Amino acid sequence: MGRTSSKEDAGALFHSLRSAYAATPVNLKIIDLYVGFAIFTALIQVVYMAIVGSFPFNSFLSGVLSCFGTAVLAVCLRIQVNKENKEFKDLPPERAFADFVLCNLVLHLVIMNFLG
Amino acid sequence: MARSLAGFLVLLLVVSICEAASLFQPVSDSHRSAALELFTPDHGSFKSLEETYEALRTFQIFGIEKKPDVTASACRSISETVGSSTSTSKDLFYALKANSIAECKIHETASKGIISSLNAAVSAASSLLDFYYSVGGLVLIKDQSSKDDIHLADAEGVFRSVKAFSQSDGRWRYSSSNPESSAFAAGIALETLAGIVSLASSELDQSLISTLKNDISKLFDSIEKYDDGTLYFDDKLVDGYEYQGPLSITSSVLRGLTAFAAVTTGNIDLPRDKILGLAKFFLGIGVPGDAKDFFYQIDALACLESNRVSIPLILSLSSAVLSLTKKDSLKVRVTTVLGSNAPPLTVKLVGAFSSVSKDASLVESQELKFDQGSGLHILNDLLKSIDVGSYTFVFEVVLQEPEDEKVYVMGSQTKVPIFVTGLVKIENSEIAVLDSDLGSVESQNKLDLTAKNDVSLSANHLQKMRLSFQLTTPRGRAFRPHQAFLKLRHESKVEHIFVVGNSGKQFEIVLNFLGLVEKFFYLSGKYDMELTVGDAAMENSLLVAIGYIELDLPEAPEKAPRPPPQPVDPYSRYGPQAEITHIFRAPEKRPPQELSLAFLGLTILPLLGFFIGLLRLGVNMKNFPTKPIPATFAVLFHVGIGAVLLLYVFFWLKLDLFQTLKVLGFLGVFLVFVGHRILSHLAAASAKLKSA
Repeated sequence: MGRTSSKEDAGALFHSLRSAYAATPVNLKIIDLYVGFAIFTALIQVVYMAIVGSFPFNSFLSGVLSCFGTAVLAVCLRIQVNKENKEFKDLPPERAFADFVLCNLVLHLVIMNFLG
Repeated sequence: MARSLAGFLVLLLVVSICEAASLFQPVSDSHRSAALELFTPDHGSFKSLEETYEALRTFQIFGIEKKPDVTASACRSISETVGSSTSTSKDLFYALKANSIAECKIHETASKGIISSLNAAVSAASSLLDFYYSVGGLVLIKDQSSKDDIHLADAEGVFRSVKAFSQSDGRWRYSSSNPESSAFAAGIALETLAGIVSLASSELDQSLISTLKNDISKLFDSIEKYDDGTLYFDDKLVDGYEYQGPLSITSSVLRGLTAFAAVTTGNIDLPRDKILGLAKFFLGIGVPGDAKDFFYQIDALACLESNRVSIPLILSLSSAVLSLTKKDSLKVRVTTVLGSNAPPLTVKLVGAFSSVSKDASLVESQELKFDQGSGLHILNDLLKSIDVGSYTFVFEVVLQEPEDEKVYVMGSQTKVPIFVTGLVKIENSEIAVLDSDLGSVESQNKLDLTAKNDVSLSANHLQKMRLSFQLTTPRGRAFRPHQAFLKLRHESKVEHIFVVGNSGKQFEIVLNFLGLVEKFFYLSGKYDMELTVGDAAMENSLLVAIGYIELDLPEAPEKAPRPPPQPVDPYSRYGPQAEITHIFRAPEKRPPQELSLAFLGLTILPLLGFFIGLLRLGVNMKNFPTKPIPATFAVLFHVGIGAVLLLYVFFWLKLDLFQTLKVLGFLGVFLVFVGHRILSHLAAASAKLKSA
């Protein structure tokens, strides 16, 4: 009873998470996917740096930080767009999206300058 | 009695040697050639009449032929000055002075004009120089023209006016307003007064002349002297511009004195050796390099050559160095200052005193033989009794005719420094290495110090080295040279010098290496040896290499002094410097290109994964506006974002920040406008849906 419970509990937890996630609206899922893509790209860059060394350190930093920056901005967008979030009830999602686009453009300008 | 007298005389002689011995030479050929060099006219003419006169007078004294172009241009400027009515008395004075030598013809009317203007100048004169130029001019024109009736109107009055400028100490002032007095002015005044006396139509009051003679004596009381017996006049330096310098001041005084002596009867009471001192002053200058100084010197010497006071005679030697090996004889010449022959006289060598030990004279008093042909007084066989060294010879000159004593002046005794040189014999020279304790000789070499030697010795620090030789003069006496050094030089160019001491004829030096170890900085190795023996009286001074000694010294302890660094050639810093190899930062190792490209591909992978995920989520474009205006805005919005991203790509590739920001400004404004339109449209659409 006790030995298999942790394994079963893990499995049950995982299934419940999956079904709960399936209930999220599509636009939030798109944003989640975007965040995952950004993080994954950052990870690949870190692995590359680990292999070849950090010689143009500024390039490495700009690449990794652009990924993390855009991921953070996407998370902010998700918070603001999520209808279940009572805090941002009065904020129209288009406004949040416009902020997201503007912040991304500024982030990428800085990133491009730092890229070298 | 006789011996004590002789001793007293010797003592007197010794005391009189307190005055320094010096050699004066009369004017020589080098003076003559220097005169030709200094007084070179510029295209045949000189800058002013004063310079023309100086040049002509100098050439006249030396007997140099008058060049026709010089004379012609001189005559031109003289006649110009003389003919012009605006010439001052100073210009006329110098023109007439130059004419006295150049001997150009002056027109009758011109000379009449000169005489009248000069007479007017005399009456109108107020300062000493005015009197000098006008009176001097009148004297000159009287000599040059055929007229006899040139006289000063009121000679005594003019005399008194000039005399009014005199001071009680024998000097003169330039004018009544200027309180400064000088000896230079005294010389000018004397010349002027002499001119007045010669121009006077009747005898002047003798009391005036005698007071003037007193003034001259007082002036000569203020004479200054140098240690070697030369006398000169000098003024106080008050104003740099007016100050003339001892040469011109003394020359001026001498000119005035001789001019005055020429026109007065009777003697001027002056101590006669003062004239001799003045002659020595002018001769002691040598050959001046400046034309003005040269003129002053030569003019003064010409005054001394023939004057009514006393004519100085100079005793000179052609060479002050006598060589024993060449068996030189002592040759003495007595001449006037300009080198002309002296009256008959005898020269006696009274004594010769060694400069080292001023004992009794080394030679007896003897007369020199006069050689008629060469005009020299010669003494042979002198050197038989004299050894090498430096001496002071004392000469006495006696005039043969007693009347000449009043005319010529000769010093009581003339002291001349003489050097006698000869070959010094070096004998019995040997070098040896000795054992320190026992003093026994380990190795010994005979040396020949007249040639280079190649002795090679070796010693360690417990031994000694001895070098010895004997020096003998040609007369067989001991000789102590000024320099007797032994130099040891190490391979590293460190040198040590030792003085070789002597006792009598034997010179010996012993180097005890035990005591010298520290002095030698504990440097073992090969030391070159060099001996220097030198003296001015030695004709065969030597600097000879002896050979080398191999020294074995113990190791230097920790605190031993280091040998001094050898001097670096100061010009070596201008030679090529050491090469500097620049070490650039090694470029970082870059990864192989394939790996980088592989990872580039790997980075694209998440993007693909993103698109695939989007498709799986069922992304659609249903919310895209269909109406034309919102549709265009929507399209423009996407195009704007794409354009900004493209701009960023260009920014990375080639643009700089300012250009990017400029374009971004425009694009940003456009994007904000378009985005606002479409997003507000979408928001309105969704709000309508919600309310509906």
